[in-house]
Order: sequence, then structure tokens, then C-alpha cells
Amino acid sequence: MTVTVPDVAQAEALGLTAPEYERIVELLGREPNGLELAVFSLLWSEHCAYKHSKKLLAKLPTGGERVLMGPGENAGAIDAGDGLAVVFKVESHNHPSAVEPFQGAATGVGGILRDVFAIGARPVAVLDSLRFGDPDTRRTRYLLDRVVAGISSYGNSVGVATVGGEIYFEPPYEQNCLVNAMCVGLARADRMVRSAARGPGNLVVLLGARTGRDGIGGASVLASAELDESDHAKRPSVQIGDPLEENKLIECCLELVERELVVALQDLGAAGLSSSTSEMASKGGVGIDIDVAKVPRREPGMEPFEVMISESQERMLCVIDPARLDALLAVCRRWETSATPIGVVTDSDRLRVFDGPELVGDMPVPALVDECPLYDLEPEEPANRLAMFAEQTPGIEHGLSATDSLRAILASANVASRRWAFEQYDFVVGSRTVRRPEDADAAVLRLAHDGLDTGRAIAVSIDGSGRRVAADPYVGAAEAVCECAANLACVGAEPLGLTNCLNFGNPEKPHVAWQLTRAVEGMAAACRAFDVPVVGGNVSLYNEGPEGPIYPTPIVGMVGELPDPRRVAGAGFARAGDAVALIGPFRPSLAASEMERLRGELSPDLPSFDLAAIVEALAFVREAVRAGRLSSAHDVSDGGLAACVAESALLGGVGVRIDLAPLMGRERIDAETALFGEGPGGVIVSGPREHLMEISHRARGVGFLALGSVGGDAIEIAVGTARIDLSVEEAGGLFHSGLPARFS
Amino acid sequence: MSARVGVVVFPGACDERDALLAVDRVAGLEAQYLPHVERDLKGSDAVLLPGGFSYGDYLRAGAIARFAPVMERVIEFAREGGPVLGICNGFQILCEARLLPGALLVNEHLKFTCRQVLVSVEGTDTPFTSGCTTGERLSMPVKHTTGRWFAPPGVLEQVEAAGQVTLRYADGTNPNGSLHDVAGVANEQGNVFGLMPHCEHATDELTGSTDGLRLFGSLATHLSAIPA
Repeated sequence: MTVTVPDVAQAEALGLTAPEYERIVELLGREPNGLELAVFSLLWSEHCAYKHSKKLLAKLPTGGERVLMGPGENAGAIDAGDGLAVVFKVESHNHPSAVEPFQGAATGVGGILRDVFAIGARPVAVLDSLRFGDPDTRRTRYLLDRVVAGISSYGNSVGVATVGGEIYFEPPYEQNCLVNAMCVGLARADRMVRSAARGPGNLVVLLGARTGRDGIGGASVLASAELDESDHAKRPSVQIGDPLEENKLIECCLELVERELVVALQDLGAAGLSSSTSEMASKGGVGIDIDVAKVPRREPGMEPFEVMISESQERMLCVIDPARLDALLAVCRRWETSATPIGVVTDSDRLRVFDGPELVGDMPVPALVDECPLYDLEPEEPANRLAMFAEQTPGIEHGLSATDSLRAILASANVASRRWAFEQYDFVVGSRTVRRPEDADAAVLRLAHDGLDTGRAIAVSIDGSGRRVAADPYVGAAEAVCECAANLACVGAEPLGLTNCLNFGNPEKPHVAWQLTRAVEGMAAACRAFDVPVVGGNVSLYNEGPEGPIYPTPIVGMVGELPDPRRVAGAGFARAGDAVALIGPFRPSLAASEMERLRGELSPDLPSFDLAAIVEALAFVREAVRAGRLSSAHDVSDGGLAACVAESALLGGVGVRIDLAPLMGRERIDAETALFGEGPGGVIVSGPREHLMEISHRARGVGFLALGSVGGDAIEIAVGTARIDLSVEEAGGLFHSGLPARFS
Repeated sequence: MSARVGVVVFPGACDERDALLAVDRVAGLEAQYLPHVERDLKGSDAVLLPGGFSYGDYLRAGAIARFAPVMERVIEFAREGGPVLGICNGFQILCEARLLPGALLVNEHLKFTCRQVLVSVEGTDTPFTSGCTTGERLSMPVKHTTGRWFAPPGVLEQVEAAGQVTLRYADGTNPNGSLHDVAGVANEQGNVFGLMPHCEHATDELTGSTDGLRLFGSLATHLSAIPA
């Protein structure tokens, strides 16, 4: 596909609108040539320019005393004390994974790692948030198996621990699965690098893999349009990963940063050289001349425009002082990483592309980066919030006994143990993993880097419920922030910062615009309540298949800190005889719960809640964990209180006996709502009776209900006149076979 | 003076920093890196081939690393009786280099598996297990795709008869389908030892278990007994 004589039709084929094309002509003062049009089409795509979301994202709080780098850099960075910074970001790779799940997921991991080490941080942890369709379809089996294999293959070989994540199955993701990957890194705060190109005369050096035709136009072709029937034809647009190359590239870049050899560093992600050169130039207020003839190629006969927009993986771009070129080349040789000077920083404001002596493209950097038109959303609340989505398939009937209902919940694909997936990931490499997947509500990693062990730890959680956001975007998105904060509180961690990935449908549709607007507002309110800044993230729009849009799915990744990892509470009950209590202003409702989903019916009326009360309750839990008063802490989430208590029993391998009468009385709810109702703000804790007694005296206003005690070999829950009685052994069988029964 | 343990760094190694940390936790041992391109063991008293994915496991796990320049010296060192420990990928490399019997095949269930397992010490006649008791149980994590130890008929019996099976997965915990539940084997002399479980990831209570220190501790005792 040689682009030679561009016109409006061609611009539209590349994803631009006619007015956008006219604007490009105006900015250039002439018609663009083929290469220039290709570059503009990518930089002005939703994926690169955030043209439908930029104005909205300004509503999120991004500042804070400890923020070292906020949105706009390759990843966010927070001061972690002792001279260290914790660096993190989440990003989507949804459409590539829907088209080619193994490579799509693998390169999703590779891409987010590069964002983190571009700053000079060593990647230490990966978490993944995955969404698939109905768990019983062949397509879901295929996608899940290949996505998990792709993450496993890439993450394990590159040597970064995969320490957590989440997986949900809902029909609206049947065609358009979601693969969001989050990476956390550690850096010395005084050694971090930014991506702004500086110093006219400095060299632009391309590091890493050769450039091929893979991933041509991924940003515009895959990431910025809806999926349709012809997707198999797009498979060549999916990039191919090489984890060995990435492993060497990480070590090489970290040494270049450590030795202060680079002025600026940037990964090559969506839109390849086009976006990395123009963004580095834009941030530094300079121009860049590059010569595509110097770019090492994987295959002969590539056109200059193909070199500019290729999304070949495992490549980085750096700016260096020419006097340091030899030192840089020596480091790269030692790591067996290719390094090629391909351009120079100029004092103009232009991105000029040469093919040997011939000038083949000349574009003003501000036009590429800043002049893309931004669009106002036209939100309109739909009359029925849930009617647009693919329907849930009923799995159980009304009228089951409470015990049978719990059986169904524990075996549900959304609640059952994730062991089948996480055992395919290396969660121990790096020697930092204090809490492994399923041990606790959040992953806990010792805060140790570069020979310095602070003795402290960080905790990480990733969460989001599309179903609940579909029911009520404002409440659902705020709940996702609360859920992450609750996971952190359960391990005694205080939130430091947040990254998000907004996975939505086509924002040009009024109902999607409404979902997006309300969700961002809800997330912003929750972030302000917890006083936690959003330091980076990603927007993935146009997630729609022939059957309709995905559930609106804002994914939240949160990082927190804790002083003493030896005091982290686990999620499982630890000792027979311990007392069990519910802490927090938990107000359960069956609306959009896992129980409703199992019955194939969803109602949109999520109860509103008091954010300040939840913030206070979680701080109370956090302090109790830090004081070493609790044996376990597990927040109430999917499947409600009954599932939460059952999980703590199964993880601890011990029974429990509780009575929910105090909760039914306080909230004036029926037995079923008390057992299976969901909502934020509830944590089930256990601990020695005298510790819980002492805690309860200080819990005034926070909400503290003594429910029962740990012991025996059955899960026994009295709730009004009804009663659950299920042996730990049988419950464990259901919980642990939920996924393997479907996917092994 | 501490004995020096050389940790070989291949391109694509992942657990070399963990191995270094683990060795340095043991009194009497001190770790140093050995770059794969140098034919030099830098005076190491023992050599450790760490876990990971040397050369991306491309072609076959360990098949390329076995030809790295440093391996020429490692093979000589092993033949001279020097203690050589291979963990996971290191075990695969030692089998590829014919320093250990048998081969490591892809797991029976074909997937990468990461979990804590129990192994039982079967042989205490190596520098790495001399401080253990026969039948002692050790809790360590495994994480691999290619960990199913295999030896053809004849070799298997020979290895068993010579008492070279040093570690076996405890009943019912074999994670990969290895023959006779083999988790670790030594050469006939006992100075070369490979195991699939990651003993370097079992040296800190906070991140798991400390049973791996039983192996590193044995090595420290062994090396301290050798006159410098």
C-alpha cells in the first residue's frame, strides 16, 4: 500500500474526517504527501491525541505533594521515600488481543514495561485486568487460553513478576475482550529521565529491535475504530513480541540511565517513530531531523512511510550528547542491543524526515502534537441504561436454598479461584513478593531497589466492574476506586497514587459519551475523597462489536505504601477461635450483583454511598492491620458477604460460624440481600477476641458488627430463619474447580 | 574469608539477581557475577547457573547457553571436581552440556507452572545436600515450562542405582510429570547438581520459605572445609 497521491478519500480511509484533512492542509500550507498524511492520521488518532477524552480527563485530580511525574510522561512517578520513586502505569491492548490474543497480550505486557523503564525505573511487577465473554463459549475458551499464555510467555521470559490481576466474564465482551496491563517499577528518584528532547545538535539514537512491517497502522486501524467481521484480515496489524530482546533492552537502558548517558528516553509504542520523535520534540520545544535510510530493517523494500509508522516491538529512542556516543555504543554492545544514530535535534520546530539525501516529509511539530482538533462529547443519558448490552445468560433459578445459592456463587466463573491463571505466571522473580496472588487482597512487594532495602513495602491492586459501571457509571467508577483502596487497607497500605484505563465504546454515540462523562466524574470524586492523585493512564475507546458496546469499564490501578511487611494480614482466616467481625458502612444491595448476573437479570439502581464514611472506615482497618491486631482482612466484593466469608475460610482451610442478624437489623434488609448483596465499604476481619473487643470500642461511627467466630470444618451462616451449612471441603472443591472445569 | 560463588549471567537470565541475593545471605559465601562472554571464572570456588530464560529459551531451553564462552571454563571446572549448581534453566543447561544425566522436557500439561512444592532429600552425598538428612522435606517454589526430567531406560536405572537422584517431589506434588518424581539429580561424583525448584527463592521468610538455605548452607560448610 504505497501512499502517493493523497486526497480526502484517502485521509478518510486512514481514519481522519474531511474537516480534519482540511485543517492539516491549512496547517501545512499545502497538501500533505503520502508519508505526511500517514503520520498525521496516526498522531491525530484517538489513541495518540485523546481527541474525545482530553477535556474530560482534566476533571481528574493529578497533583500532590509526593507526585514526581504526572500524566504526560511515559508513566507516573511518586516519591516513595528513602530516595526511591515508585513508577507505574496501566495500558490497554484490547483490539490487538481480540484479533490475535497471544501476541496481542504478550506485546501489551512488553509495551507497558517499556513505558516504565523509559523513565529509568526497573520494572518489578505486572498486574493484568482481563475481560472475556460468556465463559462457556468456544471463543472465550480460545481467547482466555491464548491471552493468559501470551502474558505468561512474555512476562515470565522477560523476568518481571506477575503478582496480581483480575478476570471477569460477561457477554458484552464476547467479541471485544479487554486486556489491560499495569506495570510497577522502582527507580532512584534523582536518576529518573524524562522524554523531552533537548539540545540542538544532540543525536537521536534508535535502540533495540529492527524495524519490520508488523504493526503497521495499529493505532488508527485497531485502536481507534470498532471491531467488525473482517478482523481476521487485520491480523498483520498486530505486533509480534520478542521477550529476550526486551530483557536485554531493559538492562541496557537502565545502565544508560544509571551512567547518565542519555538526555531523554522514550519508548516506541503506538505509531512508532512518528509519535516518539514528534512527542519528544514537542516536549522539548525543539525540532528533529531523522533519516529513515539509517533505520535497521527486518525486511527489504520498506517504504519510508512504513518505517515511520511501523509498530515493531522492543525499540526505544534516546537523545544523547554526541560526545557520549562511543560510551553509549559500548554499553549497548555489552548487552547485545543494537544502537543506531538515526537523526539529530534541531532548533527549528519541525519534524523533517529524510530518506538518505532526499527530504520525504516536513511537518511542524506543534501541528502534529497540539493542533489535533479536540471534540466536545455530546452526552445523553439513555432511557434504559442496560438495554444496549448483550444480555446475561441465566445460570440459576430463583428459589434456591441459601446453601445452594452459595454453591453456585463459589463455582461461578467470576468468583471461583483464579489459581488456574496465576499459576501460569512467575510471581516470585525479583525476590520482592511478600504476598502472592490469592494470599491477600492486594499484592505486597518489599520496597527494595538497587542494593537498598528500606524494610518497608508497597502494595498494588487493580480493579473495575464493567457491569456495575453499566448500571450506574458515576457510582460504579467511584466503587472501583473504593475497591482498590479497600484491597490496600486490608494489607495495611495507604494509597499513594492511581493510574486508570478507560475502556469504553464509541464516544461519538451520546449514550457512550454519557457513560464516559459520568464515570470520570465518579472516579474524580472518589480520588478526591481518598486524596489520591491520578498520575497517568490510558484511554481505549471504540470497544464495540457487532452485538453492541462493551460494558463501560474504567480500570483502576492503585499503589500504596506500608511500613512493615511482616504485619500484613492475609485474606484467609488464620486460627480457630478467632472472632469474626464486619467493619465499615457496608450497605448491601442485589442490584447488578453477581447473584443477579447468575439469574440473568440486572437492575440499574446501585445504592449511593457516603464516600467520606468509607474513607474513614478503610483508614480504621489499615491502622488495625498495621498495629498487628488482625489475623485476616478481606473486603466484601463479588458474591457479597457470604462469598467473602467463604473465601476467607477456604484460603485459611478452616470453618467459620457467623450470624448476620446484626447486619439485617442495621440495614433493614432481607436474608438474601445480607448474604449476597454487594456494595463498597465492607471488610470482614478476624482476630483474637480481645483484640477485636478492643478495636470495637474505638470503632464508634465506623461501623463494627461482631458476627461470629472461626472454627470447625464448615461454613455456617445463620441469616434470619434461613441458614447456610456447607463443608469447607465441598466449598473448596467448587471454588477451585470453577475455572479448570471450564478451561483445562 | 568467604568462599566465592560465581553466578553466571547469560542474556535473558532472569533470576541471577535473586541468586546473588540468596548467596550473599549465607554466612561464609560471597557471590560475584560471571559474564557469559568471558572465559574466566574469576577465582570462584563454586559456580551457580541461575534460573531464567537464557537466550529466550529459543531453539530449546539451555541449548544455546551451553555454547556460551564461559561454559568452556565451567565444564573444565566441573570435570576437575569443582562444585557446580544449576537451578531450573541452569539445570537445563547442565543437561545440555552433558554434565548431568537425562534431559528436561516440556511439562506433561504443557503449561508454565509456578507453585510452592515439597521435595524430599534423597541423597546427601553432594556438597549441596551434605548438611541435610535423608528424607528431609524442603518447601521451595517451582516455576517452569520445561521441567519434566526424563532419562531413557538403562540410564534411568543407572542413575537410580548410583544414588544420583538427590531430590524427589514429595508424594502427589510432582508439578510436571518427571520420571520417578525426580526434582534434582547429581553427576556420579556428586560435585555437579541440578534442580528444578528454586532454592534461591526460598531463603527469606518474608517472601516464602527459608528451606533453600539448607542447600546453600551445605555448600558453605563444604567450601569452608577445603583448604584455600
